[in-house]
Amino acid sequence: MSTKHSEAAKRFIANKEQRTWHNETLWLVREKRDRLAMAVPEWEKLRELSSEIKLHTITHLDKYAEQFAQKAEANGVVVHWAKDAKEHNEIVHGILAAHNTKKLVKSKSMLTEECHLNKYLIEQGIDVVETDLGERIIQFMNIPPSHIVMPAIHIKRQEVGKLFEEKLGTETGNSDPTYLTRAARKHLRDQFLSADAGMTGCNFAIAETGDIVVCTNEGNADMGTSFPKVHIVSIGLEKIIPNLNALGVYTRLLARSATGQPSTTYTSHFRKPGEGRELHYVIVDNGRSDIIGNEEHFQTLKCLRCAACMNTCPVYRRSGGYSYTYFIPGPIGINLGMLKSPQQYADNVSACTLCYSCNNVCPAHVNLADQIYRWRQDLDSLGKADPMKKVMSKGLKFLFGLPALYNTTLKFAPLVNHLPRFTVYNGLNAWGEGRELPEFTGDSFTALWKKGKVTKSGKKCSTLKKQKP
Amino acid sequence: MKVGLFIPCYINAVYPEAGVATYKLLDYFGVEMDYPTAQTCCGQPMANGGFEGEAVSLANKFEELFGKYDYVVAPSASCTAFVKEVYPKLLNKEQHACQTSGKIYDLCEFLHDILKVKEMPGTFPHKVSIHNSCHGVRELNLSSASELNIERYSKIKDLLKLVKGIEVFEPHKADECCGFGGMFCVEEPDVSVCMGQDKLKNHIATGAAYITGADSSCMMHMQGIVKREKLPIKFIHVAQILASGL
Repeated sequence: MSTKHSEAAKRFIANKEQRTWHNETLWLVREKRDRLAMAVPEWEKLRELSSEIKLHTITHLDKYAEQFAQKAEANGVVVHWAKDAKEHNEIVHGILAAHNTKKLVKSKSMLTEECHLNKYLIEQGIDVVETDLGERIIQFMNIPPSHIVMPAIHIKRQEVGKLFEEKLGTETGNSDPTYLTRAARKHLRDQFLSADAGMTGCNFAIAETGDIVVCTNEGNADMGTSFPKVHIVSIGLEKIIPNLNALGVYTRLLARSATGQPSTTYTSHFRKPGEGRELHYVIVDNGRSDIIGNEEHFQTLKCLRCAACMNTCPVYRRSGGYSYTYFIPGPIGINLGMLKSPQQYADNVSACTLCYSCNNVCPAHVNLADQIYRWRQDLDSLGKADPMKKVMSKGLKFLFGLPALYNTTLKFAPLVNHLPRFTVYNGLNAWGEGRELPEFTGDSFTALWKKGKVTKSGKKCSTLKKQKP
Repeated sequence: MKVGLFIPCYINAVYPEAGVATYKLLDYFGVEMDYPTAQTCCGQPMANGGFEGEAVSLANKFEELFGKYDYVVAPSASCTAFVKEVYPKLLNKEQHACQTSGKIYDLCEFLHDILKVKEMPGTFPHKVSIHNSCHGVRELNLSSASELNIERYSKIKDLLKLVKGIEVFEPHKADECCGFGGMFCVEEPDVSVCMGQDKLKNHIATGAAYITGADSSCMMHMQGIVKREKLPIKFIHVAQILASGL
């Protein structure tokens, strides 16, 4: 009984130092989130509002998407619609080609990751430079993000020091964070100055004004769009919200949930292109409109991509981002992967104890754990159920369906206590991998009851009023 | 008032003393009880593993056995939460309105919210660390979940503090999952054991002699690790502490 997730998790956990550090580092982020959330008296009210606004927008998306596009066009923005990743990439490349772009600087965007944009553009001969520090690190290393907000969270500064020696010519053996950050800043400034086009993601798209809002801590979205003449924005359809009042709810929730900050260092609003410049919005569906019609799972569209569910998830913290087969890990990634392709991503569904902590931290009240439970119910009909679990479930139902058999089993269960160790603790017993079996009792409760051995003490509480019949 | 006593399968088989303590304790508070001997399991292990269908006949049986009582009380938060949250959906598919969902209580919930007890019979002169189980905290609201900005409370702590001589602690990361998770514990054994080890470290750091809680399933998992690694801490169901002296 195993999944690709459980196997990858086993490898991650085998490195005790790494998994302890990963677990504790992300827990610190969860604690920072808690401190900030507890300092806002109306926090729970904000979460509810956030959920309601998103539900309203998602269920009236035709209206808001149209309004957003009209406002944007009136502001002089060129609006493009992409039904899938391929169209998105082609549109972006078309814009870049029209401006004879050689170098593109990008701020962080999970949507472009979803569309595999970088690979596509590089194949077309464009030099793509990620400008978020974490993203730049993993781009240098040629590896995917292991977390959606802190993409290089699994990499230690010593490794970054080595990497920068090779890529940026920093001093040998110097992994001082300030030194490395300054080196990265100098490197990135050169990139900003020499780029032909800049690209950003979009945290919120405001239907009422046609604005897009990008939240960063490094100011790289601003730098990347200030020098080049062309700014392209990749916008997931679900990022649209009705108005600036709604934005006020989300800017209070997002950074507190994501990184435990009152707000991101930069909350940048873009509305219209500057003199002699171009601003392009690429609004992407890529399966989102199908999710709206999925009654059990459409609430995933409320997600703000803050990663609070990852930081709190006890399984994610101990198994690392790469143990999941979908590019977004953790509770939201399990769900989004299943919505993308249940056949392809069913292996992640095992990565959940149903502890429900993710539900409680989600700033948009996405019921992530309940949805994972629902996906598990679908595995059998998808042909993805673990045969061993199926046999166990059927066997348990048979056993529990027959009280007499159940009671007889309980009677003989203590025999297991006396079996030779090798018959109990072997490769077939996953329980026994790190645990001893429980000791079955001589007499079950039912047996004790039937023998009249479950007795009253004879003492009675004197202070409690007699319970009414 | 008549209470149907539900003793979940693993308590029945492994920890009957928790069931006996529940019976003595409720009797002490003047509750009239019945124990339907044809009861088995609520079906949660199969459903959480992805085989909800296998739990439907058990839900029907449960309704038949327990539907007639004023309350159903179980010394298990997780099984109680399953009946409460999932049974209505399972039975609804068969056009059957669930009787037991609205009247099942975990023992601690029942003592705290229904009986509103203000004293306990005995003494327990030990340090204990409370294991706040996920389903107890985040489904039954036995204590304020650490993620939520709500007033802090703990029904289990309130009850334990009525026992004389006891010193009550909570571990760091007070309601983080221990890694049991039903079939999760055998499907993802490495993560499960790792979580259990981390949880135990936090419990042991409180200096407590016992880990106690409303869910024996979590404790069974942690006890397995304690036995394997010979760690210095014991386990006791909260019902047994509350029933001290009976």
